[in-house]
Amino acid sequence: MQSHDSQTTKAQLVMAWGFVGIPLLWGVSQTLLNALQLFK
Amino acid sequence: MATQAENWFSRSRTVARPGYSRWMVPPAALCVHLCIGQAYAYSVFNLPMTKLIGITDSAPDDWKLTELGWIFSIAIFFLGVASAVFGRWVEEGGPRKAMFTAACCWAGGFLISAAGIAIHNLWLIYLGYGVLGGIALGIGYISPVSTLIKWFPDRPGMATGMAIMGFGGGAFIASPLSVWLMKQFTTETHIGVMETFIILGVVYFVFMVVGSIIVRVPPDDWKPEGYVAPKANKLISSNNVYVYDALKTPQFWLIWVVLCVNTTAGIGVLGQASAMSQEMFPGQITPIAAAGLVGLMSLFNMGGRFAWATTSDYLGRRNTYFVFMVLGFILYCLVPYMGSIGSVAGFALCFCIIISMYGGGFSTVPAYLRDMFGVRYVGAIHGLLLTAWSAAGIFGPVLVNYIREYNVTHNVPKADAYNTTMYIMAGLFVIGLVCNFFVKAVNERYHMKSDGRAMAAATA
Repeated sequence: MQSHDSQTTKAQLVMAWGFVGIPLLWGVSQTLLNALQLFK
Repeated sequence: MATQAENWFSRSRTVARPGYSRWMVPPAALCVHLCIGQAYAYSVFNLPMTKLIGITDSAPDDWKLTELGWIFSIAIFFLGVASAVFGRWVEEGGPRKAMFTAACCWAGGFLISAAGIAIHNLWLIYLGYGVLGGIALGIGYISPVSTLIKWFPDRPGMATGMAIMGFGGGAFIASPLSVWLMKQFTTETHIGVMETFIILGVVYFVFMVVGSIIVRVPPDDWKPEGYVAPKANKLISSNNVYVYDALKTPQFWLIWVVLCVNTTAGIGVLGQASAMSQEMFPGQITPIAAAGLVGLMSLFNMGGRFAWATTSDYLGRRNTYFVFMVLGFILYCLVPYMGSIGSVAGFALCFCIIISMYGGGFSTVPAYLRDMFGVRYVGAIHGLLLTAWSAAGIFGPVLVNYIREYNVTHNVPKADAYNTTMYIMAGLFVIGLVCNFFVKAVNERYHMKSDGRAMAAATA
């Protein structure tokens, strides 16, 4: 019963990774856009 | 008498139940590292904070850049102090308590600094962001390291690389977010730094608390499914070394020098890349292009943290540092040549690889310590090792700035003023190479006994 209660679901994993991944990807994309100035 | 809150924070309450996925732990660690990584973007506040009274230009009562520069320096100093002092407490108290403490200190630092801006008292900002924020940096940086290593004994480099990558990536979020927030609260009569600090403090607190809620430590006897411990290897110990006994081993100090060398080489160019690139390539690299180069280097800094640490799981920790030292030596020797032939692409490539190894050095070192000293006190030992970072924070910029200054005042053309520094950096890598060569297995007299106490011989 304990095992069933604490089972990590795929939805929890997606939420946890999305929680940190989305802001990080946004920040990386902003930095990448700035970095492109080097090649202009 | 233990209260309910104390119980919630206790290590025993964070032990994972069956069915908990270890892949929840890296996002928990990233919740903390992405927030404290804001420190790398602190400079976006410098210029606006010199005009808080004058608004369009600095007024006589406005703070000077030199005064504001101390905020970041104090924070980095307290990072080293806190990670060294609180390392054992973090290790024994468990990750939830440490991450929550870091959240309180980090958010508290921002809020106190906001108060400092409201009453225009710089000392309050030194205390808030500098001291309290610095303590949060130290505790937050080391808090998830040993937890990740315990969850990923099969890939410790990759696991710690993911978290420490977040520290590099935090600036990518903080920099545009801070600029955007300041823009929202800035009017013709007011610069919105205080409001930005308050919002950042609240947002970071929420993020870090989420991390402390979802983090778990594995049960003592837990192993990943199908995991087979690596065969007996002189450079991967299955024994633990007590935190303060690690300081008595030559291995700790050899790795300290190796990290210090790698960080000195990276930090020196990271801080001066913009000015250096424009002076070495006058007319070819504009200020905007230089800013782009800095952004590109930051991406390599972050990517290198994950890529190199993951590679070290296959290559071995000592071999990975050999690659850093040899490649670093070659690349630093090549930089003056790239300048002499006017190759911007070659120059950018050299520095991007160097910076990737700078980041890789940080993320690979926890696994290196785990290989040497075992997993029990790896977080605390890692905390002590971070004093190498503080030392490099002084050596790196000093080497680059003062030698350039000396050359310029002695009529060396600006384009060539950095060449001496490049060769000195290359020489530092030779020292690092030698130190890394002498890293061998820790003498067994330093190994902990089963009762958790170091052997008498080691402590005598």
